[in-house]
Amino acid sequence: MTLDQLAIGQSAVITAIAGHGVLRRRLLDMGLTPKTRVTLRKTAPLGDPLELFLRGYSLTLRKDEAANITVEVANS
Amino acid sequence: MIFALIGNQNSGKTTLFNQLTGSNQHVGNFPGVTVEKKEGKIRKQKDMLLIDLPGIYSLSPYTAEEVVTRDFLLKDKPDGIINIVDATNIERNLYLTLQLMELNIPIILALNMMDELEKGGGSINVKKMEEVLGLPVVPIVASKNQGVDELVARAVKTVEAGNLKPYRDFCKGPLHKCIHSIGHLVEFKATAQKIPIRFAATKLVEGDQPMRQLLGLPEQDLHIMEHIVEEMEKELGTDREAALADMRYDFIEALVSQAVNKPSSSPERVRSDRIDNLLTHKYLALPVFLAIMLTTFWLTFNVAGAWLSDLMMAGIDAITAAFDGWLTEAQVAGWMHSLLIDGVFAGVGSVLSFLPNIMVLFFFLSLLEDSGYMARVAFVMDKLLRKIGLSGRSFVPMLIGFGCSVPAIMSTRTLASERDRKMTIILTPFISCSAKMPVYAVFTAAFFVDHRPLVLLSLYLLGILVAVVMGLIMSHTIFSGNPVPFVMELPVYRMPYAKSVVLHMWEKAKDFITRAFTVIFLATIIIWFLSNFDIRFNLVADNDLSLLADLGRLASPIFAPLGFGDWRASTALVTGLMAKETMISTLAILTGASESNITQSLTQMFTPASAYAFLCFSLLYMPCVAAMAATRREMGSMAVTIGVMAFQTATAWVVAFIVYQLIGIFGPAAGGMNPVDWLLAAGLLLIVLAVLIYMRRQKKKASCSGGCSGCCAGCAYASGCTSEKKNESNQ
Repeated sequence: MTLDQLAIGQSAVITAIAGHGVLRRRLLDMGLTPKTRVTLRKTAPLGDPLELFLRGYSLTLRKDEAANITVEVANS
Repeated sequence: MIFALIGNQNSGKTTLFNQLTGSNQHVGNFPGVTVEKKEGKIRKQKDMLLIDLPGIYSLSPYTAEEVVTRDFLLKDKPDGIINIVDATNIERNLYLTLQLMELNIPIILALNMMDELEKGGGSINVKKMEEVLGLPVVPIVASKNQGVDELVARAVKTVEAGNLKPYRDFCKGPLHKCIHSIGHLVEFKATAQKIPIRFAATKLVEGDQPMRQLLGLPEQDLHIMEHIVEEMEKELGTDREAALADMRYDFIEALVSQAVNKPSSSPERVRSDRIDNLLTHKYLALPVFLAIMLTTFWLTFNVAGAWLSDLMMAGIDAITAAFDGWLTEAQVAGWMHSLLIDGVFAGVGSVLSFLPNIMVLFFFLSLLEDSGYMARVAFVMDKLLRKIGLSGRSFVPMLIGFGCSVPAIMSTRTLASERDRKMTIILTPFISCSAKMPVYAVFTAAFFVDHRPLVLLSLYLLGILVAVVMGLIMSHTIFSGNPVPFVMELPVYRMPYAKSVVLHMWEKAKDFITRAFTVIFLATIIIWFLSNFDIRFNLVADNDLSLLADLGRLASPIFAPLGFGDWRASTALVTGLMAKETMISTLAILTGASESNITQSLTQMFTPASAYAFLCFSLLYMPCVAAMAATRREMGSMAVTIGVMAFQTATAWVVAFIVYQLIGIFGPAAGGMNPVDWLLAAGLLLIVLAVLIYMRRQKKKASCSGGCSGCCAGCAYASGCTSEKKNESNQ
């Protein structure tokens, strides 16, 4: 599944980052690398963008951008 | 000795800059506040220059400001780098450090916000970090000025020692092999170009286009390189970009597990989450936001602002009166007396009376910004604004536009993308500013006594509607392309740092005062001249005969199709360029009425329909000189500014025309409709469209909107760039 499909409060581990070019490199630079654990904190009041928590900080992404990130839901 | 201050956004970089230099520089939580390169001498040190560069997350440029930072590091080669790292967010912050280490420039690491980390029960083994990274590391608390002196002392020592420690290698396995082979391959070329070999190699692995061009590698080398990288990708089972990011984060994770004892949860983070529970709450976020903004405006324009404005006005009046008396005593020539008092003092004075409002507004805005709330506003509003092709960050300037366009336009500097910035500057003046309120008040009292609130509301809504429609049109024509991706950090809420709030306020005030005494000063003289001389440059006794009145008469046929062809109305619009509220005093003077019985003379000049059209035009046409000067400053080009003003005025004309004609057709007192008027309107619409299409063509020819250096690889605006440009750069 992709990152935008997580339920609020759900955590998952990144398996792959799709897409290309600058946006993808930016996502990698911001710490969204494979094996990283990400939690979906909340969505904005209008449903988009998303607030994520990873590597000890909060990051906001639009759903379109989050759809590039494949994750696996962690069992814990 | 030149030092560059480098760090992530929200790492306390500007706070440290203020502590080190004592200079006036703004600090903010809103990502991307420092757009300009700022420098200052380090206190208590001789010849130590510190340069504050825009906050960056990595050396792969993403926004125009990040390009600034990277270019500075590569081309200007500072003697040393002070790399500030947020100790509470160490993993992502060190990612940049690892990239800086490839540059062969002495680095000193400043571990900021140590107090926050320790309060949460965390700790950092500084010795271990120094050992693993091979860099001097100094823990500091920038906001409390702790550890800053030691930081400076060690920075000097590091640079003076001269010899760089052997490079710390943090790659391993197939990637290690790959980077080092390519390093050997390009060693000669890179040394010739004075580019650090390691940095060149990493960038080439990443597939960085500018680096390839810079080195001018022969075809054969490119082939070998591609082969090496592909082998590495095969071996690792991942692609080049992910492999590099992975390598750095793996190294950091290992380092952090050895040297950092992360607190299970920090009090700041817990508090921040609690605040967010309210401020970005699903249902409460919008009402709370509205309440915060209304309170800000109320305090700015009613409470503090009004009180201070009155005080300022009283001061200006007193000075004017004293000067007036002095001029009379000195028996200065009448025209000179009039120029100074009626022209300069009245004009500059009326603009200066906005100063308290602007200062108070910026005081509150920098509180909101430094606390971290503005990032949340962008987060909450992003979806709405994306519909007109902007991002959430443009919301704040537009909102300030309800108060005054000048600070609104000034505040667009916090926007990360050049395209969003320009669009926001063009659209903001459509939002009804507070100076137009007196005009509405007088006209609604004269014509719409029974429906005042309704008419007022309709005007405000019309302004928003026009901004939205124009935003839609622009984002599909001259500013076509996708909005810049919205990847933004939501920083932890922090107490604003008093020193930087005050410095910020002072900076904006200085900006405004400078403008009042330059552009506005000139404009007042011109308007005074126009309203006091006739075509033969004789001083006129009656305003009726002045050049200004001639201009009004000349312009009046343009406004005839809008229902207000009276020359006095057009003259009022011209003087409204000084400041919108002067329209009323102009109308009063020209009709010979006092400001109290102006209602009567207005009803002779306008019908309700033409009065409403006049209000629509006043709402939308080009802003006052102060806003014009701000636009000129932020756009950086007089020609573009004139184009923007023409666009706004044309929009106003078209809208007022449509409104007037619609009232004519459907309104209570159906007036006739002249086919010539329709033709005129259609023609003007065509011209506006033609201009838009022409500008789009021009843009295609020129470049894309992101401070384009002609190289699309690694440019954040590439998605909105024209295909010609992309092909060009890929060749």
